[in-house]
Amino acid sequence: MPRVTFTANLQRHLDAPSLEVGGARVGEVLAGVFAQKPLLRSYIVDDQGRLRRHVNVFVNATMIADRDGLSDAVRPDDEVFVFQALSGG
Amino acid sequence: MAEDLFVATRKGLFAVDGAGAQAPRSLGFLGDPVSAFLQDPRDGCLYAALNLGHFGAKLHRSEDGGASWSELPAPAFAPPGVAPDGKGGKAPSVSLIWTLAAGGADQPGRLWAGTLPGALFRSDDRGETWQLVDALWNQPSRSEWFGGGYDDPGIHSICVDPRDSRRLVIGISCGGVWRSEDDGETWTLGGKGLAAAYMPPDRVDDPTIQDPHRLAVCAAAPDTVWCQHHCGIFRSDDGGRTFVQIHDVNPSAFGFAVAVHPADPKTAWFVPAVKDECRVPVDGRFVVTRTRDGGASFEILSRGLPEETAYDLVYRHALEVDGAGETLAMGSTTGALWLGRDGGADWRLLSSHLPPISQVAFRAA
Repeated sequence: MPRVTFTANLQRHLDAPSLEVGGARVGEVLAGVFAQKPLLRSYIVDDQGRLRRHVNVFVNATMIADRDGLSDAVRPDDEVFVFQALSGG
Repeated sequence: MAEDLFVATRKGLFAVDGAGAQAPRSLGFLGDPVSAFLQDPRDGCLYAALNLGHFGAKLHRSEDGGASWSELPAPAFAPPGVAPDGKGGKAPSVSLIWTLAAGGADQPGRLWAGTLPGALFRSDDRGETWQLVDALWNQPSRSEWFGGGYDDPGIHSICVDPRDSRRLVIGISCGGVWRSEDDGETWTLGGKGLAAAYMPPDRVDDPTIQDPHRLAVCAAAPDTVWCQHHCGIFRSDDGGRTFVQIHDVNPSAFGFAVAVHPADPKTAWFVPAVKDECRVPVDGRFVVTRTRDGGASFEILSRGLPEETAYDLVYRHALEVDGAGETLAMGSTTGALWLGRDGGADWRLLSSHLPPISQVAFRAA
């Protein structure tokens, strides 16, 4: 299953451990994380499920293209990285 | 003495105890912008809203005076966009919790939250869950609202009538003054008499697009609503339906904050600055103005305030008067904190090294 790793900066606010969750799209993988960590959801996506403006998601070394729909493909052996963007200050 | 203060800042929440006898101490969220704070007078619980640069608007509650905090779900629009933005843009998402207010004593658990974009949210369970107040969000005239200081319009003032908790007056930058008499079920646009010099001549007096920087209601006479507007100082004596402009206010009628004496509706305080975008004290002289006659005249209060040139600016929620109407607290964007005794006639600097201050609040007994 894909492995999701979060920026260590999130640890200031809440527990965000690396998790292995199923899913073929970024949105499905993140939904699997949020099912286990409900409070984490609003830190990563906005009210409408879009990636927050100052959060970046990479599949392996590639930044995702679909920030609103989170439809970028994820393979079982991929790693998904959730970082804060430097644009956020 | 009600001289213990809560201070919400760009870098966390602080307590300043004993009128500054002790150094400011962190009450949590060090490094994080605290956009709104509330001590619920009904149960003493503290609420802190955060505006995390990367991770959005957040809400926390403390039941032990700030020793520990637990995160609550923040007010949010229901996905996936069931209430699409009337401007034809993307479906809305809360970007800032700008103000928090407690309901009446007869409404246990009731909280109100004003946000960007300009939405009002209601909780009936001490912030555990939130509901969008649809009747305000669905006002057709909302498409006319625009941002003031921020990209989006926002609700910064929520006044609950102490005589009847169902009666609300709210202020929106820039969406005017709105009133409800039925707990937010229906709304009417008030603010007749407000004037917006930033609009074309035919729309100067349009209540829909006014920018009331801050509304403050006299607790003992809630029909009196003072308004520090983008274009001056206004007063209403009919609960926000109509306002009269106060003229000849020196050194300036521009500012963000207003505080009203809790027992005397004719007494109010303001912190003047150079309009519109400059926003520094007039001639570098940082002062407070006070009227005690309903705006017929103003005194300039400066004793204890900086004698040297200063650039302090006081935002909407960073001026408060205590329950006795005798002592004020004031915090600036420069990170200076003052206590003003004797109705603001005698100020004392409590700290000049805090982060930029967004809100001050006296600790309730």
